[in-house]
Amino acid sequence: MPTTPDPAFAGRTYPAGPVHTVSAAKIVEFARATGATSALHTDAEAARGAGHADVVAPPTFLVSLAQATEAQYIEDPASGIDFSRVVHGEESFTLHRPVVAGDRLVPTLTVEAIRAAGGHAMVTTRVDLADEAGTEVAAVRSMLVVRGD
Amino acid sequence: MTTTPAAPADLSALTVGQELARTRHEVSRDTLVRYAGASGDFNPIHYNDAVAEQAGLPGVIAHGMLTMGTAITGLLDAIVDPTAVRAYSTRFTNPIPVPATGSVALEVVAVVGAIDEAAGTARVDLTAQVDGTKVLGRARATLALPAAPADGSAEQGAA
Repeated sequence: MPTTPDPAFAGRTYPAGPVHTVSAAKIVEFARATGATSALHTDAEAARGAGHADVVAPPTFLVSLAQATEAQYIEDPASGIDFSRVVHGEESFTLHRPVVAGDRLVPTLTVEAIRAAGGHAMVTTRVDLADEAGTEVAAVRSMLVVRGD
Repeated sequence: MTTTPAAPADLSALTVGQELARTRHEVSRDTLVRYAGASGDFNPIHYNDAVAEQAGLPGVIAHGMLTMGTAITGLLDAIVDPTAVRAYSTRFTNPIPVPATGSVALEVVAVVGAIDEAAGTARVDLTAQVDGTKVLGRARATLALPAAPADGSAEQGAA
């Protein structure tokens, strides 16, 4: 029997971390997987020539870190989320500056909202990413639909 | 790609309604496996038909995030500097079933939706379709672009 998301998780912010170091190899791999062809994603020299410290991440690259961060909520049995019934509803990225290889990012997960709609549950999470000094770098917001019966 | 424009766009070079990119991307099971590895998203509905059908899907479907990530690449090529993208959001309106062999074509058009000169940004609206079905809804990217060429003499359309 499928479980349903526990509304008590809404509004919860998890402890920040762990620190994630952005990998040049993962940027290259992600760019190739999505067909992003700019040399800024794959060639450190080209990226440095354009004023960046290293290769630059494509706009949706942080989804991997966001999903790994969301997992502490989604995969918690107490959350009541049946992952086999989850589909992706919406996704949004806000980038305050380019993300480059070598960035050390600190993710913070907030469960923004859990609401019922048409027999389904809509779960919205936000992962804020800051540098180690606490300066905001990006935010990734995801809305997951947990399908009812 | 071979058709790289010479320079990044500036805000004065854009007009609302202008088409910036029109691209077609083949999506196959190979594409899904490659994206799974690159992103770390190994949900089996993206590679295992039995699991996908058990979950009530027509079969293996593309990762929504693969669709989102791929859909913006035509725009990234058009603006040359991908770091001009400051925001990107979408709804996932329809899944993309991907056949075991062969591929499906994701067709994307990027059009300037709004220009905010005070903020130095342009909103670009993306439509993404497979076989005439919209797969992304309200897909929008916000670009931060220079206001005008350095000499400042050229107003919009002067070129």
